[in-house]
Amino acid sequence: MSVDTSEVRRIAHLSRLAMNDDQARDFAGGLSDIFAFVEQLDGAAIEGVEPMAHPLDAEQRLRPDAVTEPDRREAYQAIAPAVEGGLYLVPRVIE
Amino acid sequence: MAQETLSGWVRKLQAREISSRELTQLYLDRIERLDPQLNSFITVTAEQALAQADAADARLAKGEQSPLLGVPVAQKDIFCTEGVRTSCGSRMLDPFVSPYNATVVERMNAAGAVMLGKTNMDEFAMGSSNETSFYGPVRNPWDTERVPGGSSGGSAAAVGARLVPGATGTDTGGSIRQPAAFCGITGLKPTYGRVSRYGMIAFASSLDQGGPMAATAEDCGRMLNAMAGFDERDSTSVERPEEDFTAGLEQDLKGLRIGLPTEFFGEAGLDERVRGVIDAAIEVLKGRGAEVREVGLPNSHLSVPAYYVVAPAECSSNLARFDGVRYGYRCENPEDLMDLYTRSRGEGFGDEVKRRIMVGTYVLSAGYYDAYYLKAQKVRRIIADDFRRAFEDVDVLLAPTTPELPFALGAKADPVSMYLSDIYTIAANLAGLPAMSLPAGEIDGLPVGLQLIGNYFDEARLLGVAHQYQQETDWHARVPAAFA
Repeated sequence: MSVDTSEVRRIAHLSRLAMNDDQARDFAGGLSDIFAFVEQLDGAAIEGVEPMAHPLDAEQRLRPDAVTEPDRREAYQAIAPAVEGGLYLVPRVIE
Repeated sequence: MAQETLSGWVRKLQAREISSRELTQLYLDRIERLDPQLNSFITVTAEQALAQADAADARLAKGEQSPLLGVPVAQKDIFCTEGVRTSCGSRMLDPFVSPYNATVVERMNAAGAVMLGKTNMDEFAMGSSNETSFYGPVRNPWDTERVPGGSSGGSAAAVGARLVPGATGTDTGGSIRQPAAFCGITGLKPTYGRVSRYGMIAFASSLDQGGPMAATAEDCGRMLNAMAGFDERDSTSVERPEEDFTAGLEQDLKGLRIGLPTEFFGEAGLDERVRGVIDAAIEVLKGRGAEVREVGLPNSHLSVPAYYVVAPAECSSNLARFDGVRYGYRCENPEDLMDLYTRSRGEGFGDEVKRRIMVGTYVLSAGYYDAYYLKAQKVRRIIADDFRRAFEDVDVLLAPTTPELPFALGAKADPVSMYLSDIYTIAANLAGLPAMSLPAGEIDGLPVGLQLIGNYFDEARLLGVAHQYQQETDWHARVPAAFA
């Protein structure tokens, strides 16, 4: 399968990656090659095969519903790009 | 001095022939003098290392015995280290000073290891040459015009050049084994679930696994003893009784059944000279009593394509957390929230990471999920089933680690040709099996790696086979002339 520049821009938007036309053009070739490469899977004998999500087919482990983590808000906020009054700052969302 | 192995240093430290401070200083000096040629470290933590060394010396003076007490190590910069930048090789995390330690780091600290610093790597562990790092490429100590492999290229180059006796790596599709092969060292990817992923920055969570990289199999076993173990903070950590991974080192090879997967010796892309090295290694193992037979892994040719659906899918989901809000890189003057997200990510990620995020987003998007993702997961199972059948007849599998010798920087410009350099390593990740690479020869002054793949939880046996091979050969003891 081959992807063109507008398709690359569509995927970039879904991926939340800023991308202009020149960049999209640069990515189109490599992405087309990758999608063509993975088409080899089309010939696989997988009828009736259960999909494998996890190497050990493990079940989700449960734990008691108890607080185990200490409050580390200050340490976590210290590394944020912008905070104020214990809140993370982002550009105004509602005008 | 730098020829000594990690295990050798542990013994010398226990015997008080050298102090941890002296040893730490020796390696810090080597890093300062020699690393400018390699770029294998992103961050060197000299002050902290000397403080850890003093603490280790105090414990040694009290007669304490701990598996890594006083010995210098390096952490791949994918493992979170409290108070130390943890960049994952990315501009996105260049400003990130982790507020906590990965379980692997905690466990190695508790075992008395001294951390010299954080090693360079492909950005977010996505690469096979260490050329995608935000901090510049790492160079191969055997030939600085060539790549060290990736993504754990910094750890491999640092150990290969003996700038540190042991380092951690992570392996999602070959990222411990391929650079170990390229740099002439020993590296082990354990069974999925053996080593906690807590604090190990996620790339593809159903494939990622941390492991040791060092000169010898004995060193790797010793490091794995400190690294492995159940961790309730990793939901896929395996709960098993504690195990001594050095227990099988002295086991002889009489009657050991080694399988050679015919598909890994086919003509496609395998350098004849590499094949010659592997054939010679097989003779060494036969000479120690092993029996060799061919086995089939008929679906292994689908490993790389299946991986390049599954791994990007998981990556696109894992890397969604990097949004410029809570930590990491944020773009200047965002106009609105969407602009903040897309520009922070567009400027913070490099091209290979973006490519994989886009592939993953695409294969998971509405209308394509069944055609790509579900299909790849089914192929993953038939690949794992091939291994299951093979291990009914043999104890370990043996193959080349890589089809070719370390390549020149810049040689693989198109993504698919780079992906194919992991053609022999990826299948073990898809199945979740333990696998390792060890040095088995040299061609034109460049090292060649031998790969051993084991059944689930059979690390001790793998390390034993490798150790027996290393009793008979000295490839693991060779150091590139410029770093001897």
